[in-house]
Amino acid sequence: MASVTTNAVSPATNQLTASTIAIWFGCLAVLLTALQYAGILPSWLHRLPESWIPPFALWLDAAFNFIRTDLGLEKLTRWFAEGPLQFMLDTTANLLYGKRRWPNFEQIPWSAIAAAATVLGYYLGGWRLAALAGGTFVWTALIGQWTIAMETMSVLMVAAPLAFVVGLGLGIAAWKYAWVDRAIKPILSVLQTLPFFTYLLPAVIFFKVGPTAGAVATIIYAIPPMILMTTLGLKKVSPEVVEAGKMSGCSRWQMLRHVYVPAARTEILVGVNQVIMLCLAMVVLTAFIGMPGLGAKLLAMMGSFKLGRSFEIGVTIVLLAVTLDRLSKAWVVKLPEHFEKGTPWWKRHKYLLVGVGAFAFFTVLGIFVEWFSEIGRRQSWSQGKEIDTAIKTFLAFDIVQGTTEKIRYVLNVWILNPFRDFLLSIPTSAFILLVVAGALALGGRKPGIYAAVFFGLVALTGWWDRSVITLYSVISAVILATLIGLPIAILAARSEKWSKRTLLVCDTAQTFPSFIYLIPAIMLFGITATSVVMSILVFAMVPLVRYTVEGLRGVPPEMTEAADMSGATRLQKLWNVQLPLALPTMAVGFNQAIMFAFFMVIIAAFIGTQDLGQELQKTLAGTDLGKNFVLGICVSLMALTFDMAIMTWAEKKKRALGF
Amino acid sequence: MYSPRQNFHQTETAGHIMTTDAPVISCKNVWKIFGNDPEGYLAKMPAGRSYDEIRADGYIAGAKDVSLDVSKGEMLVIMGLSGSGKSTLVRCFSRLHDITGGTIEVDGQDIMELPEKDLIDLRRNKMGMVFQSFGLLPHRTVLDNVAFPLEMRGQDRHTRRARALEVIKLVGLEGREDYFPRELSGGQQQRVGIARSLAIEPDIWFLDEPFSALDPLIRREMQDEFLRLQEMLGKTIVFITHDFDEALRLADRIAIMKDGVIEQCDTPDQIVMNPATEYVRKFTEDIDKSRVVHASVLAKADQTGEGDAVSARATIHDLAARLVAETREFIPVQDGEQVIGAMSRQEALRVLVGAD
Repeated sequence: MASVTTNAVSPATNQLTASTIAIWFGCLAVLLTALQYAGILPSWLHRLPESWIPPFALWLDAAFNFIRTDLGLEKLTRWFAEGPLQFMLDTTANLLYGKRRWPNFEQIPWSAIAAAATVLGYYLGGWRLAALAGGTFVWTALIGQWTIAMETMSVLMVAAPLAFVVGLGLGIAAWKYAWVDRAIKPILSVLQTLPFFTYLLPAVIFFKVGPTAGAVATIIYAIPPMILMTTLGLKKVSPEVVEAGKMSGCSRWQMLRHVYVPAARTEILVGVNQVIMLCLAMVVLTAFIGMPGLGAKLLAMMGSFKLGRSFEIGVTIVLLAVTLDRLSKAWVVKLPEHFEKGTPWWKRHKYLLVGVGAFAFFTVLGIFVEWFSEIGRRQSWSQGKEIDTAIKTFLAFDIVQGTTEKIRYVLNVWILNPFRDFLLSIPTSAFILLVVAGALALGGRKPGIYAAVFFGLVALTGWWDRSVITLYSVISAVILATLIGLPIAILAARSEKWSKRTLLVCDTAQTFPSFIYLIPAIMLFGITATSVVMSILVFAMVPLVRYTVEGLRGVPPEMTEAADMSGATRLQKLWNVQLPLALPTMAVGFNQAIMFAFFMVIIAAFIGTQDLGQELQKTLAGTDLGKNFVLGICVSLMALTFDMAIMTWAEKKKRALGF
Repeated sequence: MYSPRQNFHQTETAGHIMTTDAPVISCKNVWKIFGNDPEGYLAKMPAGRSYDEIRADGYIAGAKDVSLDVSKGEMLVIMGLSGSGKSTLVRCFSRLHDITGGTIEVDGQDIMELPEKDLIDLRRNKMGMVFQSFGLLPHRTVLDNVAFPLEMRGQDRHTRRARALEVIKLVGLEGREDYFPRELSGGQQQRVGIARSLAIEPDIWFLDEPFSALDPLIRREMQDEFLRLQEMLGKTIVFITHDFDEALRLADRIAIMKDGVIEQCDTPDQIVMNPATEYVRKFTEDIDKSRVVHASVLAKADQTGEGDAVSARATIHDLAARLVAETREFIPVQDGEQVIGAMSRQEALRVLVGAD
């Protein structure tokens, strides 16, 4: 009994001390800032002096050089890049767009691929998916982007299976051996917050420029969720199924092969879906290291402000993303169904037969009618110029121009710039104290300590100002996203119908590669800082709205009914019942919004920012691996601080509510 | 209806079973403790520690010093409320759980000594198990689920298919071979579970609350089905249930468990007539004893009666009309041709009206 009481009290006292410390830290931070404004703060408390900053980049460079050359890792990676990987990429490249490599076929006619995709779509999800899958490929061909789309797909088709295999293997290992799990966990959380530029440079250095490096970066980027989903699925296999397997006399391998992996099918396939989506997002981004394909074309078109063509490529990417997402999701829920006894062979495999038949038919047709095989630039229906003119005319309207100008002005002059300057004016020491105080108040002691260590490290790297600017973009965009997104979500959650629609929109929007979000922002606001914030805003709003709707809809009906019967008005119900219960879920969405914002802010460097992303992008041109890593880790550390504090808070809240 | 268990009623009148064979499963002083370091804890634990004291120490006692034998061809029902350790104990028998202390012998072989390969062989050839929520593999058809244990031991496709079809027919699922588990009702799914557990022709059959997840009507039907199968196959069975009626209906012997301890292990008649502990007595309170108690139990060898004998295998309920109409004080009871004694009519009537 005695132990029970101490147990019950100790977290409360912990909580108390953590929040008291948080308040003290907060006050101290305010004091330090005030001293700085008064001009009497010692300068080393304001910014770390240059001389205090250890040369992390040099050390890392030395370490990398050691691994690369002295340990001979480079030989291994180069061998892999030039051997098997290059071979696989060449093969898919030959098949998809006729690159002159083994097996030296002609490219597969677009009509054959479109036909096969239609049949696959019908098999997995009926007419709607058939139309989507077929339509996507027909559009891509007709708009004249077949070759660049296939350049992208050829890398995707190599990267996704490899990421799947490696992820599955590591996932199984992490599930089976506790030490692998312990070793992998921290690496995974860093990898998931590491900005993608930090994936790119090592890939280039170890695996040479072009598709191979692109494929490697893509694979590494897509592995973490596969590992997580695999372990999750294996852990969830019902104990009775496991025991049934053991009692059937399965050996260990048989258990894994016949019981665990098939029983975890759903989670593993969800992993496959995520692998495909992340691969697509990353393949598009590898344009930054010279990977040809949709991403490179989009980058070039946006750079030269050809909005029409950018728009068309954007549509293609979105269609591809939605198609791949819907097909793989349909595969997740597609469960095997039995055939009546005596069903003939051709009936059991009718979809396969029709698919192969359609494929063969169009392949042959392509030989005789050139149009079914390849659509040249002249024949394509691209309306790039016309759309370009239309958009530019639209933007030139006084109303439109006036509105965008006004938004830009208000945002920049009244909100963004003052906010940025304010953040920059806070002394480093006070800033760290504030962050630690926040982490303490939200998550408690552990996230607080991590926050101190992580932000301390960021200060030590010497990239403080740029880190603060990165943080400023993230925070301002997420706050704006919350201001706009929350009301939308709350309104949508009021009815079943609108919740569904909103979730569908969010689901679809979430499949778009992040790059896409830049297009409308650039169209409306040109290449300015407003565009950066706007694209982050939209990108971050998606998870925010989604989780808020899910949280509100997930409130158990008996609780809202109890509120109704207690005579609560709509607002009272929302404020006293629904929001408090939905808060943990909403926090997860908020956290994801912040993570998304960190991701997007780095991509937005392409538009021209003054933050870490800009510096990161510059490193891509050289071989400055150390600096690249230091910058990447800065972003990762800041993101992890938020992640830990918010997720710990959400977990605690969830437990307190008894979910 | 209960022919296999007749063997026991003939010999167990003295209250314990006399079998010539060595027991199929024999466990002595078995302990199963869950926690961080169960072995270390058990070694240091003072004798006579109660379930609650062990829990206060941070451990859970699944089985506490259990000694029990299961004879060949016997149906032992382990009965207890949830958390009483019954499922844990049956998992110790097949070494799905490793025990913390004591010994368990199957056919004279200490199973804790077995290397992994031999343990797998034991399960592949001698044991079958049915689970409460069926434990079917969702990605396999009925046929492939039933053939699964055969596949695991490496039988070729043709023979395992033939054997699987045979057991599927046995449990009455003919024509559903190509269905997937989710396409079947609960009762049908459990039939698949039963068929799978029988596919390898096991000597020992474990059933862990096989009918608890089914609704009452189906449960009754499945119990009948189960008894039919058992009559045909005559396996050694360990059956787990939390339903006392089910236990009475099926068992040769019932072991009642509470907090990891077997409170009483005896025939249904004896449990109803002579509950060993207060806990057991509470279970038997609401039971219609006349349907459980057989004439053989009431027959006293030192008494003799006049006139027509009644069958030892009849329950008191079966004899109700006769008992009421009778005038004799003592009625002879005969088992087969042999008179084994006489029962007191008064005592029988007391059982009938539930006056005990």
